[in-house]
Amino acid sequence: MLGIGITQLRRSTPEVSYKELMFEAAIKAYEDARVDPRKDVESFVCSSEDFWEGTSIFDEYVPDQIGGALKPVCTISADGMYGLATAYMQILTGLFDVVAVEAHSKASDIKNLDSIYDLSLDPIYTRPLGLNASFIAGLEMNKFLHSRAAPISSLRRVVAKNRGNALLNSLAMNGAKLDPYELSHSEPISYPLSSHDIAPVADGAAVAVLASEEAARNFRDDPVWIAGVGWSSDSPTLETREWSEATYAKLAARQAYKMARIQNPMQDIQVAEIDDTYSYKELQHAEAIGLAGHSKAHELLEHGDFDRDGTLPVNPSGGSLGMGNTLEMNGLVRVIELALQLRGEAGAHQIHGVQTGVAQSWRGLPTTSGAVIVLSNK
Amino acid sequence: MRTESVTPPGVSLKEEDIEKNRVLSTVYYPKAEYAWATGIAVGRFLSELKSGRIIGTKCSHCGRIVVPPRMFCEWCFKRVGKWVYLPDTGKVNTFSVSYISTDTTRLKTPIIPAVIEIDGTSNAGFLHLLGEVKPEEVRIGMRVKAAWVEPRLRKGSITDIKYFVPE
Amino acid sequence: MRSMNIKKRVAVVGAGMTKFMRRAQETGKELAFEAVRQALDSAKLRIEDIDSVSMGSAPDAFDGVHMKGEYLLDGAGGWRKPYSRAFVGGGTGVFSPIHGWFHVASGLFDTCLVVAEEKMSSCLPHPQTAFLTIFDNMLERPLGPNLIWIFALEMQRYMHVHKIPKEHIAQVAVKNKRNALDHPSAQIARKVTLQDVLSSEVMAWPVQRLDISPVSDGACAVILASEDVARKITDSPVWIDGVGWNLDTTYWTNRDLYFPRYVANAARMAYSMAGIHNPRREIDFAEPYDPFDYKELHHMEGLLLCRKGEAPKLTVEGVTERDGKLPICPSGGLLGVGNPIAAAGMMKICELFWQLRGEAGKRQVPGDVRTAVAQAWGDLMQIGTVVVMRS
Repeated sequence: MLGIGITQLRRSTPEVSYKELMFEAAIKAYEDARVDPRKDVESFVCSSEDFWEGTSIFDEYVPDQIGGALKPVCTISADGMYGLATAYMQILTGLFDVVAVEAHSKASDIKNLDSIYDLSLDPIYTRPLGLNASFIAGLEMNKFLHSRAAPISSLRRVVAKNRGNALLNSLAMNGAKLDPYELSHSEPISYPLSSHDIAPVADGAAVAVLASEEAARNFRDDPVWIAGVGWSSDSPTLETREWSEATYAKLAARQAYKMARIQNPMQDIQVAEIDDTYSYKELQHAEAIGLAGHSKAHELLEHGDFDRDGTLPVNPSGGSLGMGNTLEMNGLVRVIELALQLRGEAGAHQIHGVQTGVAQSWRGLPTTSGAVIVLSNK
Repeated sequence: MRTESVTPPGVSLKEEDIEKNRVLSTVYYPKAEYAWATGIAVGRFLSELKSGRIIGTKCSHCGRIVVPPRMFCEWCFKRVGKWVYLPDTGKVNTFSVSYISTDTTRLKTPIIPAVIEIDGTSNAGFLHLLGEVKPEEVRIGMRVKAAWVEPRLRKGSITDIKYFVPE
Repeated sequence: MRSMNIKKRVAVVGAGMTKFMRRAQETGKELAFEAVRQALDSAKLRIEDIDSVSMGSAPDAFDGVHMKGEYLLDGAGGWRKPYSRAFVGGGTGVFSPIHGWFHVASGLFDTCLVVAEEKMSSCLPHPQTAFLTIFDNMLERPLGPNLIWIFALEMQRYMHVHKIPKEHIAQVAVKNKRNALDHPSAQIARKVTLQDVLSSEVMAWPVQRLDISPVSDGACAVILASEDVARKITDSPVWIDGVGWNLDTTYWTNRDLYFPRYVANAARMAYSMAGIHNPRREIDFAEPYDPFDYKELHHMEGLLLCRKGEAPKLTVEGVTERDGKLPICPSGGLLGVGNPIAAAGMMKICELFWQLRGEAGKRQVPGDVRTAVAQAWGDLMQIGTVVVMRS
């Protein structure tokens, strides 16, 4: 990873259009990578979904503000981590040396987010039930807690940890000092899910510049390396789902760890940035990608292992709970936060001396899809 | 090996199969509403339209003057900071005579969409309509001028220009 | 900084396709399944042999399902596999195989199943109405545009710059609809005369009804494999020797539409990779994207198969007939077979596969065909996606 550019995450950005937001992130990334996108960047991979944007074939609207006009540009309908994986593959083919990746969120432009989520539900089997899509998270959370015999209080601890971490992250929107006990009285959404369990949406844009080994050395002495990538999808159909396990994350991690030659993640991984769009997801994902034994994540959490000063800090950035949920940009935020850690540029929320870390994303409701990236300094 | 005797799968339906309920179907009305932030460039463009003016931007690096305005030059990849007021005249770059509306219903009186290159730009234009002209009289290269909506009725929209008319 | 040091050779080893229909009874998932099933059977493979899946499907607005890539994945064979969807508008059908090519040529996977699916008929009152939302949300939608406008504006410019009479363009519709009579998946293949096309209803001048390909439902799938694996699966793999894609600026009203320079850029990228220096001579036949008749001509020129403005002449002279010197759209193209956006582009990839293996039956281009090019186009007259295949 040669260059990183990310704007601050905010509840709304009314003074700029999505193009202007993307341009800001792009300028930052190219400065950081010390490249001229018109000369040095050979390909551009964007991540977006039409209905978040309110525009069909959103690919039409991406090239100019990221320096891709009249160049190889494509759009992946998935999150920024998937976009990064595609860019990575492009470089491995030998076709290109330098590829830029982009993702953004203009969630504040969407008037009613719930009606967009409703549109993602199966039109024949699920929509007619007339339920708010968060019921899916409620079902899964219930099954997860039950299968792990985990107390719901552990999830409040996740929220308090991540929002507390976010106070030290200048990019974050939702930092707060919380007493987990206070959270037990928050507004119920879809039992057992409460409002505090859900990461609030945010606006932002991010661009990353990837380079092949040979090319990277022309620009920087200290790039962070992509050691492994993986992604996977489980059943989109609710009726054929395994509700307590994040199998997609397990399979994605297996692929990424194999590439990165990581055999014991609990030992080899020093910092993790994983998806916590819903509080229980952090624990579910931590187990799925091998950062905790099965049913053990909540114990490690309670023990303080996942805290910033613990043995394996998870989401020192604050995660989505602390930073904000940037829809398809989340995946790229996780990788960028991880890269900043490995570079030693994470500022007040820096975890010292980390050499290898893992970033994981989930595409959000109602999907069972996600990606995993392993980054390393070596 | 694919041989010609393989019939491709797929069951084709007729419209009346659905109308006469020979197949089960379900209907859904999406509710997807957005309020897009127009931002700096387009925001200014629209508010200038409300004042009866067309504004573009100029890249100091390559000198291109463009409309619709944008805060970046896509060719130089540099920030653009210069605003340039433009005349509300130009020429027709291309046009069509459309007998169908957005929802594909037939129009009795055709509308004439066109790309109008605005004077004073580097061959830059925007999509709009032509009016007060017979379809058979429209030519590529024809000179046109904006016909504005009455000032008090303007909203800060591309439709503050009713259409372009022959100059 | 172009390294173009391609490390692995990738082949297409199987292909499958559904009928292209105005209205399919099958759901999107079922259409995808049928195409994938056919592709697997043709290569005598099982879904377990597939390492990764790439899906191509055009606007979610047609199906009325947000994140429809996710929705379709179980029908497309993506369950518990690395699955992702690339989406570049109309260019998707030829870009998805390129995306699939990344999977295998990168060395990450030995096989990749590429599926393209489109179910346009779900959108009421007419799929075309969904296209309103491809226009700029702030500056174009308030004008009430129709999709046909873009084509009409582009066609008008093309005709004006090269002084092309409508009759020459209409010939393409006649040719392709006739070629499609030999395609088993064809939706509305029939013999139309030049007169039929020229007297058909005017939609948005200069576009008339028979200049346009029909809206369809359908799906196609191909299976890609790395060289060693490909040779174990089949005796006649078809190699993807060149890939290229290029996206022009969103500001289409700031460019001259008479020539698709982005198609030319994409073609140059693909030809360079494939070692082709004289496409006119080295390409045996081509499947350019033909959603409208003039587009075939526009794209022939974009693919550098002839000089700017020369394509209509070649058509009138019969050069682009199936038995001509440079057959164009021997499949019958979108005009003849149907246009389920993403699947339509993939149909061309399937056609190249079958033709280059001598399996195209009545559509087979005579003579020894070794090298062919497929191309798709999309977004706001912006993207060219090109694939060169060789037997």
